[in-house]
Amino acid sequence: MSGQTLAQKILERASGHAGPRPGEIVVGKVDLAMGHEQGAQAIAPFLQMGAPRVWDPDRVVIAIDHWVPASTEGAAKLHQMLRHFSAEYHLPHFYDVGNHGICHQMLAENGWVVPGDLAVGTDSHTNMLGAMGAFAVGIGPTEFAAVLATGKIWLKVPSSIKINLKGTLGKGVYAKDIVLKVLSQVKTDGARYKALEYHGSTAEGLSMSERFTLSNMTTEMGAKAGMFLPDATTNEYLRSIAKHESHPLLPDADATYEKEYSFDMNGMEPQVACPHSPDNVRPISEVVKEHVKVDQVFLGSCTNARMDDLREAAGIFRGHKVAPGVRFIVSPASTQIYNQCLKEGLIELFTQGGAVFTNSSCSACFGGNMGIIAPDEVCASTSNRNFPGRMGSTKGKIYLMSPAAVALTAIRGEISDPREVL
Amino acid sequence: MNSLLRGKVWCLDDQVDTDQLIAGKYLTIIDPNELRKHVMEDLLPEFSKKAQPGDIIVAGENFGCGSSREHAPAALAAIGLGAVVANSFARIFYRNCINLGLAAIEVPDIRSHFRAGDIAEIHLSEGYVKNVTQGKEARFPPLPTHILEILDAGGLVNKVRKELGTA
Ligand code: SF4
Repeated sequence: MSGQTLAQKILERASGHAGPRPGEIVVGKVDLAMGHEQGAQAIAPFLQMGAPRVWDPDRVVIAIDHWVPASTEGAAKLHQMLRHFSAEYHLPHFYDVGNHGICHQMLAENGWVVPGDLAVGTDSHTNMLGAMGAFAVGIGPTEFAAVLATGKIWLKVPSSIKINLKGTLGKGVYAKDIVLKVLSQVKTDGARYKALEYHGSTAEGLSMSERFTLSNMTTEMGAKAGMFLPDATTNEYLRSIAKHESHPLLPDADATYEKEYSFDMNGMEPQVACPHSPDNVRPISEVVKEHVKVDQVFLGSCTNARMDDLREAAGIFRGHKVAPGVRFIVSPASTQIYNQCLKEGLIELFTQGGAVFTNSSCSACFGGNMGIIAPDEVCASTSNRNFPGRMGSTKGKIYLMSPAAVALTAIRGEISDPREVL
Repeated sequence: MNSLLRGKVWCLDDQVDTDQLIAGKYLTIIDPNELRKHVMEDLLPEFSKKAQPGDIIVAGENFGCGSSREHAPAALAAIGLGAVVANSFARIFYRNCINLGLAAIEVPDIRSHFRAGDIAEIHLSEGYVKNVTQGKEARFPPLPTHILEILDAGGLVNKVRKELGTA
């Protein structure tokens, strides 16, 4: 028998079923369950299930983020339902307004997911937590209800794809550029139903924040999970914050991968995902030649709004102004990051240059709360999706790129290559 | 659930996303019977009025892609569809269908075997889809027991009720 991938190892541990093969269905014990606004839809099925209590309140996190503070009556009701439910069922880990952030970031920075975990969340970008060396997967509200009632979930064991990353990133080239490059090859359906593992010297050298960016966008490849191998970087990140004990697992050296891709970072230039798909990726030098004028610039989302992202963008933006006619929206991924920006003077740096620095939430990322774009408007964004209508009008155009690239784009008013100023 | 399904076919093409199945403006509706009135409002307006319980959707690639909202399969399940068969599904959409008790079956290239209005016959545990009208047949790996149990129970809610002894 050949060895097992990381996905197989984690599902073996979670299910107690030895040597699970791709395609098999296993029922796994959940280590951490996260619900955001969509979790409110789990309340009705949970009540119908008739469970007397939530399986383990210490393994459940509720983190509202899409509309925070509530910007519509509908959202206010979802928040209210979650508050009542959490009080009634004694769920103590509720990140409510004032101590909020994007759900995945709240799990990350509070150490809710650790190596070897099976984690589930009601959001499709739950993949981000795979960076911890965990199997983290997005689920629907009815199955979230079943997890709340039983602590278990059925999963089809996925086959895996191995991504080998080697070489050194040049100046002005970041984690976002790596994942866009990977998307350009794997495409938006290339990892459908599959788990993806990042390997290689470049992957090993990435910080946790960078790993989050890479795992986050495995969702855009259709992947069920997008994982890094847990190592000293993971342990260091979790050292003082881990909420439960980890069970670090590694894939076997002779594990079977359905497919392997290799990427060399040496000499790679910054990348841009052009409208209307995250896999429509081109090197930035080609896009710059077309003088793409922008109306809005968004530095935010669970993909790229952590401290390193905001500092990198601030380094470029410092002492400059937003180009006339351009709106620059900066939304940190959590309240903790917001406070750190305040301490480091970044809020002032952005707002004095004419940017708007918002409270932490999903913000302009999904076109339902704020920073919505009008027909024919163009937005440069650090988020993860650029399908038609994602940020508002279906006639708008969205370009995805790194925090450094959007910062220079905000200054110049057209898509720009950060290497020119670094 | 009976493993043998038979119904009239509605055809959809590739990449039908959850936005086309149920528009974003209806997302604060929770009642499935309200939701079903708006299903595919722009894409296939007659569907919500004319679709009958037991009808079958045959779709192309990546059915149910886009945002993972459960409203979309919930609206389809509320119609009482017999099954959705597609060349391929988006992952969470597929899971949501099963968990709501709606049989979702992946059969590569199935879309090209059907025209709207054909009669389809599907056997979940034997693993075939027949186009009765055109006399064609395609096979798929029979659904695993765990999934058949969820469908049998009429969805995950009932399955959990059985497990918890609250049924
Ligand atoms: S920031 Fe965007 S991608 Fe991330 S959870 Fe919020 S809406 Fe989803």
